[in-house]
Amino acid sequence: MSQDVESKVKAIIVDKLGVDESEVVAEANFTNDLGADSLDTVELIMEFEKEFDLSIPDEDAENIATVGDAVTYLTGKLS
Amino acid sequence: MSLTLEGKTCLVTGGSRGIGKAIAVRLAEFGADVAITYARSADAAEEVKKEIEGMGRKCKSIQADAVDLSRAEEVIAEIVDDWGKIDVIVNNAGITKDNLILRMSEEQWDDVITTNLKSVFNYSKAAAKPMMRNRGGSIINISSVVGISGNAGQSNYSASKAGIIGFTKSYAKELASRNIRANVVAPGYILTDMTGELDEKVLQGIKDETPLGRAGNPEEVADAVTFLSSDMSSYITGEVIRVDGGMAM
Repeated sequence: MSQDVESKVKAIIVDKLGVDESEVVAEANFTNDLGADSLDTVELIMEFEKEFDLSIPDEDAENIATVGDAVTYLTGKLS
Repeated sequence: MSLTLEGKTCLVTGGSRGIGKAIAVRLAEFGADVAITYARSADAAEEVKKEIEGMGRKCKSIQADAVDLSRAEEVIAEIVDDWGKIDVIVNNAGITKDNLILRMSEEQWDDVITTNLKSVFNYSKAAAKPMMRNRGGSIINISSVVGISGNAGQSNYSASKAGIIGFTKSYAKELASRNIRANVVAPGYILTDMTGELDEKVLQGIKDETPLGRAGNPEEVADAVTFLSSDMSSYITGEVIRVDGGMAM
């Protein structure tokens, strides 16, 4: 399951931010490492919500700063 | 290119009466489907709905208190669910509770700021995500000439309307990269129920201060809103268009 979440999350990030898949590692920070602006991060959260059919409250979204954060959060929500 | 709003879905808050009604009807005349919200005027809202549907356009009449953010999110969600998207938001809902500052109650201040200013935040915020998904949108916030020039006896109303201008420019900057535009229309003295409460002497004074020498009609405000709703204004964002007969120039 976690593997599945991870690959979907990475695919969304590659698509949204136009980055190379090799850059999308767990520690990569959306803003500092992957070049996302503040609206990009909001859009990423919106894409995660759509892909996994769930709602991510703003207070949770604020804590999702890296690829690993997103995978961990979504895996937790889906289990 | 001719001005058309065909295929666009719009929301006008406070759309049952006055300037809001004129805007809702005008947007429909140019081909848009239009939802309106109202606080209390259910019968008047139903009349507007009939008029718009009579033109062969879709219309929703929704009871919603503009000061309630979660209600604003529900209203936008209903439009997106039923009509597929939201292209235009016209934040028009507003009240006056005039008084001299020395006599103004805290309640008069809070009511006007909340109804007029917070409501703009509510609907603009609620529309942002659907507009981002839709790769564009137009927010039009109805301010007032007194938000630019101030007015004795209307410190609460003027502050709310000046606040709308600052909010709109910030919103325009935040969302410009997603092709979401935000502009202000600032009416001057327009003949509505709201200005009907003013006494004869005040009205004559207003006319004297207006270079065009007359009051405006709600339809003349609606025309500016129609332009800003349309793709003819595609390179205009963060602008304040006065519709005031020259009063504040």
